Amino acid sequence: MNGFPLLSAITFLPLAGALLLLFINGEPALVARNARWVALWTSLITLILSIYLWLAFDRNSAEFQFLERVQWMRDFGMVYQMGVDGISMPFVLLSAVLTPICVLASWDAIQTRVKEYMISFLVLETMMIGTFCALDFVAFYVFFEGVLIPMFLIIGIWGGPRRIYSAFKFFLYTLTGSVLMMLAILAMYVSAGTTDITALIHHQFPPQLQIWVWLALFASFAVKVPMWPVHTWLPDAHVEAPTAGSVMLAGVLLKMGGYGFLRFSLPMLPHASEVFTPLIFTLSVVAVIYTSFVALAQEDMKKLIAYSSVAHMGFVTAGMFTITQQGLSGGMFQMLSHGVVSSALFLCVGVVYDRMHSREIATYGGLVYRMPIYAAVFMVFTMASVGLPGTSGFVGEFLVMIGAFQVSTWLAALITTGIILGPAYMLWLYRRVIFGRLVKEELKFLRDLSPREVAVFAPLVLLVLWMGIYPTSFSSVYDASIVNLMENYKLALSGGSGITVAGAFGL
Amino acid sequence: MTGADLVIVLPEIAIAIAGMVLLLLGTFLPQNSTRLVTWLCLLVLALVLVLVWSVVPNARITAFGGLFITDQFSRFMKLLVLMGSGFAMAMSLGYVEREHMARYEFPLLLLFATLGMMLMISANDLIALYLGLEMQSLALYVVAAFRRETVRSTEAGLKYFVLGALSSGMLLYGASLVYGFAGTTGFDGLAVVLKGDEISAGVVVGLVFVAAGIAFKLAAVPFHMWTPDVYEGAPTPVTAFFAAAPKIAAMALFARVLLGPFGGLIGQWQQIVFVLSLASMLLGAFAAINQSNIKRLMAYSSIGNVGYALVGLTAGTEQGLRGVLIYMAIYLFMTLGTFACILAMRRQGRMVEQIADLAGLSKSNPMLALAFAMFMFSMAGIPPLAGFFAKYFVFLAAIQAHLYFLAVLGVLSSVVSAYYYWRIVRVMYFEDAVEGFDRPLDPTVAAVLAVSTAVITLFIFAPEVILGGAHLAAQSLFPA
Repeated sequence: MNGFPLLSAITFLPLAGALLLLFINGEPALVARNARWVALWTSLITLILSIYLWLAFDRNSAEFQFLERVQWMRDFGMVYQMGVDGISMPFVLLSAVLTPICVLASWDAIQTRVKEYMISFLVLETMMIGTFCALDFVAFYVFFEGVLIPMFLIIGIWGGPRRIYSAFKFFLYTLTGSVLMMLAILAMYVSAGTTDITALIHHQFPPQLQIWVWLALFASFAVKVPMWPVHTWLPDAHVEAPTAGSVMLAGVLLKMGGYGFLRFSLPMLPHASEVFTPLIFTLSVVAVIYTSFVALAQEDMKKLIAYSSVAHMGFVTAGMFTITQQGLSGGMFQMLSHGVVSSALFLCVGVVYDRMHSREIATYGGLVYRMPIYAAVFMVFTMASVGLPGTSGFVGEFLVMIGAFQVSTWLAALITTGIILGPAYMLWLYRRVIFGRLVKEELKFLRDLSPREVAVFAPLVLLVLWMGIYPTSFSSVYDASIVNLMENYKLALSGGSGITVAGAFGL
Repeated sequence: MTGADLVIVLPEIAIAIAGMVLLLLGTFLPQNSTRLVTWLCLLVLALVLVLVWSVVPNARITAFGGLFITDQFSRFMKLLVLMGSGFAMAMSLGYVEREHMARYEFPLLLLFATLGMMLMISANDLIALYLGLEMQSLALYVVAAFRRETVRSTEAGLKYFVLGALSSGMLLYGASLVYGFAGTTGFDGLAVVLKGDEISAGVVVGLVFVAAGIAFKLAAVPFHMWTPDVYEGAPTPVTAFFAAAPKIAAMALFARVLLGPFGGLIGQWQQIVFVLSLASMLLGAFAAINQSNIKRLMAYSSIGNVGYALVGLTAGTEQGLRGVLIYMAIYLFMTLGTFACILAMRRQGRMVEQIADLAGLSKSNPMLALAFAMFMFSMAGIPPLAGFFAKYFVFLAAIQAHLYFLAVLGVLSSVVSAYYYWRIVRVMYFEDAVEGFDRPLDPTVAAVLAVSTAVITLFIFAPEVILGGAHLAAQSLFPA
């Protein structure tokens, strides 16, 4: 690409679409129709551009690629810099894949204020892709926080009965973590004199500072992942959000936390990461076991999947902090897989919710007799969620466990319980909704998937199987970056810093 | 006095003469000529803006035996004050006619208040400072009570007057103590005298009183008590005026006094400003949560905002001052834009002021709701809007000055205040529509709304406009 700012184009194209939508006026039905088509086409063109990005990406390099650099606030060391490496590129693709799917999934489900809805989603897409492309910490923060505005509106306007409570809970949790991250950015700037991520990665922060900065970043990323015990906003937000909102939350927003650990905490603050690794392991194990049990007790389908998300993200954080190639690779893969699978599961819930307007598990039963295609699709994603070999879920979980075994047998053993508990709640959910006898009168006239819904699910099914059967297509993108990250991390620690938690706090 | 001195005070002289001419003119014009006088006042402000921008020299020059000073700092602040005054005055056009308070003295009082503010900004002597401050305050006492037939407005004026007079007294008393112990009232002289190691307790007591007096004008906690009542009681365009220009002038004065003559006493005043800042941020955040009147809410919001700006001043460094200047510039546009929205809250010809009245605005008037939401997000410090960068730069200064405690409590209180800003968004977007507001907007209100929205949304693309000016201005108070 000679000078064409591909990443900026991918990032800001949806915003341009949103601005276009802002000026569509006229008869409500016509506006709604136009809004849907504009949003769909904008997100599809974005998808095409990001597929090109995926193909043109050099997989053997750990460097940042497609760099763009413009002076921004010179006095404050800020540059507008975009670029992707193997760690961020897959998430760009993930965001670009999920947005058109969300637009399609909301085609009929959203009938009120369609224009505003589509604007929110396009703005959200810009913010998400920008988060992953930004190579300046302040620019990253701008996108990272900018996500709050559209998501707050999506939950609050088009959500369920308790939407206002959930929207505020989501927003206050996230913002509290984020403002602490802002202080961390400031502290890093004062120490390094720049907020350019490529420079920060090579800057050696004093170990004492690392501890505090790490904790401030942790406050933000842990809420976003979410890690136990700051996960409680997630079930509320998921339950109240419209289907497509849940898809975005589970598919992309949670990954921002994991991405944050990989981009900032591990490479920039290796000493502090080393010190706090036991903390991360503990919280991850609690998340895997505790939230799996909580998921077992849920009556609400969306809430169950939300808790399963917390458990799956527990695998991710545990894997990443093992700092082994398998663990890191597994964490990455698990994030991508979870992005596809949990999104698809929320869409599955959305399909029956659109028809019955209930998310209660008890409402359903015996759907396989009326909706065989739906049952098959749901089956694929359930299996992927529990990690059946041949689906995407297996690869990530398996790699994480290998990584965990190298570090600690106990960690591996405790994490593995999640592999047993996962099927328990997922298969039980599947059995209660799909199987059993079709006795409920109101379920006897349900329609199976419409062609539009098939179009929504087909790419996701394909992805899940592709990722499960030939994971190299995806893992080869980030392998070089991860090896690089791991080597730098080991190198930084080899000198030894001599800090301990107690020492850092002056105890 | 020489010709050179006159060039330096040319903007002030222009305002004073124009004000007096218009005052005479107003007496002879027919009753219903308020609109004409207002437009003439705006023209004067625009001309003075050009004078400040291009005619007055940029270098640091004192005039009238060191009583008056111009430098990059005063230039930056005067430009802000003139814009703030002009926008607020323009927004009052339709309001004063509808609310039967269209008297030609109204714009003129605002003009004289602006003159006072410019004198405050350029004061280089405790006496000059006091004169400018009083000139501003006297005009403001009157406009607060301008709707003399309503109880609330007269109450606001009286409260403002009594507490303002008290604060002026404290300031004057402090100034006399400083003079008594230091032997001069000139800022340049004070800076020399107060540089030594041995500072007498009398000067410190004087400093405390001066700081308290200025903190009253800034409405920093614990000297904020008048603010909510005055903001609520005063006519809305007057409230908009109070929230913008006088705050900037008072902040300029505070910065110049603390960093200039009392620069050697930083160890003493840093504690004062620290407490003012922290208390303002916390009170601004928590007291606003339960407000139902939007003007009252904005009063607490302005208290909180002053707290954030003072974080930069607490640092006492050039970076800190730059943060304060950037903060005040962005705050000016955020607050004027918000008041433009509040002025649009008019139903069947009557102003409404309850937050609940905004319900469903996103349906009845989507563009207004969008702009209002942008201001609220910006006030809450959410990027990519300008309000985020305002906070970013003051906290940057705090971190650089190792004020970690202040920074952490500051950002956490910004989360609390975000709650009530977002509550307004909630009311507009998540609740069902009631009857819409009257249309169309006053053209001047719409214009202010458009300009402010543009500034806070586009700041991120061209930050140098404000950052560059603030950089030069901050440098001028810290000669190398």
